[in-house]
Amino acid sequence: MSVIRERTAPPSPLRRAAPGTSGPPPRPRSGEPRGVWPYALIAPAVGGMLYLLLYPLLRAVLISLQDFRLRQLITGDAEFVGLRNYRTLLSDPRFWEVVRRTFLFMAVNVVLIMVIATLVALMTERLGRFGRTMVLSSLVLAWAMPVIAATTVFQWLFHSEFGIVNHLLTGAGFSSFDRYPWFAHGTAAFAILVLLVVWQSVPFAAVTVYSALTTVPAELYESARLDGASAARIFRSVTLPVLRPIFLLVFSLEVIWTFKAFVQIWVMTRGGPGDATTILPVYAVQTALAGQRYDLGSAASMVTVVLMSGVLVLYFRQMLRQEDEIR
Amino acid sequence: MSRARTARMRRIPLNAAAVLTVLVCLFPVYWMISTAFKPSRDIQSTHPRLVPHTWTLDHFRTAVQADGFGLFWRNSVLVTVSSILLALIVALASAYAVARLRWKGRRQFMLMVFIAQMAPWESLIIPIYIISRDTDMLDRLPTLTLVYFMVTLPFSVIVLRGFIGTIPPELEEAAQVDGCTRTGAFRKVALPLLAPGLMATSLFGFITAWNEFAYANFLIIKHQDSRTLPVWLSSFQNTFGTDWGATMAASTLFALPALVVFLLLQRHVTSGFAAGAVKG
Repeated sequence: MSVIRERTAPPSPLRRAAPGTSGPPPRPRSGEPRGVWPYALIAPAVGGMLYLLLYPLLRAVLISLQDFRLRQLITGDAEFVGLRNYRTLLSDPRFWEVVRRTFLFMAVNVVLIMVIATLVALMTERLGRFGRTMVLSSLVLAWAMPVIAATTVFQWLFHSEFGIVNHLLTGAGFSSFDRYPWFAHGTAAFAILVLLVVWQSVPFAAVTVYSALTTVPAELYESARLDGASAARIFRSVTLPVLRPIFLLVFSLEVIWTFKAFVQIWVMTRGGPGDATTILPVYAVQTALAGQRYDLGSAASMVTVVLMSGVLVLYFRQMLRQEDEIR
Repeated sequence: MSRARTARMRRIPLNAAAVLTVLVCLFPVYWMISTAFKPSRDIQSTHPRLVPHTWTLDHFRTAVQADGFGLFWRNSVLVTVSSILLALIVALASAYAVARLRWKGRRQFMLMVFIAQMAPWESLIIPIYIISRDTDMLDRLPTLTLVYFMVTLPFSVIVLRGFIGTIPPELEEAAQVDGCTRTGAFRKVALPLLAPGLMATSLFGFITAWNEFAYANFLIIKHQDSRTLPVWLSSFQNTFGTDWGATMAASTLFALPALVVFLLLQRHVTSGFAAGAVKG
């Protein structure tokens, strides 16, 4: 937070100079141009972040400190109540159950995604031209499947009566799956959502890791092999160091994306059955919209933000160290 | 001879894994499309068939004739294209400033972009709803455009910065020596080399905007004519109850542009990521 505020102060007077780029003409050829140019170039981005991100975020913080329900949404005269909403939230055992489930959901998804994506990427690299094209094309197709469409299809695949999954399982001899109502059982619904998220996320991760793999110089592998290194040793000493930055990038993106998985859950189960698939974003929207407790919903969102930042601090430290290495 | 054979034997697990990957990736997509072409009695059968033995277009007819189908398509295309263009232009400017120019606060700017990348969008629906209502922007497509622009902006800056970093500045300097302006040198030399990066960024913008459900669902309330396809699709299921054929046909029509765009650009996507990863 403090970082954002520090940065947002200086560029604001420069925003006027942005659209027409009518600032002083650039001084060509004399090395790096200084002055207003860089700031004019970033001004639209900074402006966007201020108005569409920071301002709503501050509003959310305000709402979480107010008594804000349906009446206040209409009249707009909300009253400040200090940390009351946070106290209500943090003393609710149901909320802690949701937090625990959110971390479980994130951990299971991210581990599965990273492991499967790495294996798929390593496999793709070893395939022949034809196989590689096939695998990459199908990865790209699965990746391109819009979230809502994929969610709808998974509902159809796991339909209790006409779903193909139940049919195949019954056909394979597991007769207990005859008309098994997947979405009526908490664990089963949770597992389907994990499956859906992993199915949707592996393609991006695998394609990215594969792209990074193709940039490893072949000579490095050759000399390692000449030195008699084992396959595992080559992976650890040659592949992994080259992949590290991409790994970190993919890892952090997946953490963010699975932490925020909302649409799949909202459309498929609305957090049910019971609370079995309610993770933090679903909880916040449920509280805010279904219960019309916008204040509690915002407080839950802010707790989510804080928890997510905690997870990602490590990543940022790594990122900054890399920035230092480049410059 | 025997060596070639053992080599081939050794490849069997590898190829089996490849086949499995392809099947797992494609099966849901295939099942959606094939269900959409099956007559209802085959869909609601206790013995689903892998290949439909009779084909029908009835479900597509139902989907296309549903209220507002063309309108919601137009809305989705409009919002998607305009948010991509906006994000590309703004991100390119920032990425250039970060990758090429030295200025105070550059590191902090990138840190801000990384923080914005993990913005809790789902948590901002309520304040954005209130702000849009107060500025008379509720129920309007430009609101969605701006939100999608902002969602894609940080990622676009990060990717494009990586790409610009891979283009040697000497190329542009040479063009400048030959009499180009700085902007001219960038346009003629760097921009063509940036094509894969721009492609990758617009693809990301396309997925985000074409897919987005939460904001489209909660910001377009009274004016139903401004709805987008994902919201229409999710309501479709309610309207048609258990008509899975029509639901799958609607899903197919919605997913098709994404699938086609991706398949066409596939080579660029992968090579684009590869180039970005070199000195990413």
